[in-house]
Amino acid sequence: MPAGTLYRGREGMWSWVAHRVTGVLIFFFLFVHVLDTALVRVSPEAYDDVVATYKTPIVAVMEYGLVAAILFHALNGLRVVAVDFWSKGPKYQKQMLWTVMSIWIVLMAGAIYPVLGHAARELFGS
Amino acid sequence: MSADTSSAVDPVEGVSLYDVDNPAPVIEPPRKRTKKTPKSTRTNFELYGWLFMRLSGVVLVVLVLGHLLIQLVLDGGVSKVGFAFVAGRWASPFWQGWDLLMLWLAMLHGANGLRTVINDYAERPKTRFWLKNLLYAATVFTVLLGTLVIFTFDPNIR
Ligand code: HEM
Repeated sequence: MPAGTLYRGREGMWSWVAHRVTGVLIFFFLFVHVLDTALVRVSPEAYDDVVATYKTPIVAVMEYGLVAAILFHALNGLRVVAVDFWSKGPKYQKQMLWTVMSIWIVLMAGAIYPVLGHAARELFGS
Repeated sequence: MSADTSSAVDPVEGVSLYDVDNPAPVIEPPRKRTKKTPKSTRTNFELYGWLFMRLSGVVLVVLVLGHLLIQLVLDGGVSKVGFAFVAGRWASPFWQGWDLLMLWLAMLHGANGLRTVINDYAERPKTRFWLKNLLYAATVFTVLLGTLVIFTFDPNIR
């Protein structure tokens, strides 16, 4: 570790980096998402046209990535709250990160079929 | 008076130079608020911002994960989404309220988070100022547009 840095590496720092990156990513997505939804005030066709592009395999993969980012940010956010408000939080922050990652993996596995299923059917036939 | 009873300094660090008759000099807390403190740092804004990130985060877990479950998992996932689906959901004040609360909390939470990120990395005061103004403008625009769309949605637009 270089001297005079606040960055201490390991679970604490990397989970913070991931929390920050996913937070910024979700914010930019949300901005676009409000714009596309606003098309319902233009016409049903305008809205359905844009949503049709969201049903393509490429966007399905991006959607899976978005789900990954949101799930991590949400679960790790709860861990941050626990670290700040639970008296034993700081002591168990590592264990809580591994709990977060375990739940994240289970949920991501569960999301494969619902989020990517239609893309697989389109690409490889049903 | 012997040093080990009157001294605030741990014996390991040596004999204290100070006692009741010869007190140590007072050091002002570096962030103590004085008359010279700039106006912008005289409030507890950052404390409330910190608290808001945590409170809104907990509420957003329910709102956002519920939203993902409905939009991407149940009833055939994203394949079912379209104008008709939106019309069906916004016919109910419950889902209008859900989406409105989610919009406001997520935008304010995200904007406050981005404000922190900008403060951390944009070191030139001018860059920081303009990036934050851009952020605030985009946030106000998005929140107002989204709110307007939820309240003025018309299923019979055509
Ligand atoms: C789903 C539930 C969510 C939870 C539990 C959550 C929790 C948190 C918490 C506790 C923080 C503060 C971290 C800290 O002070 O170190 C935070 C930061 C942040 N969140 Fe969220 N959040 C959620 C959703 C969102 C959403 C939807 C967005 C985007 C619109 C977002 C964007 C951000 C950003 C940009 C930061 C700042 C990151 C930083 O300063 O490093 N979050 N989140």
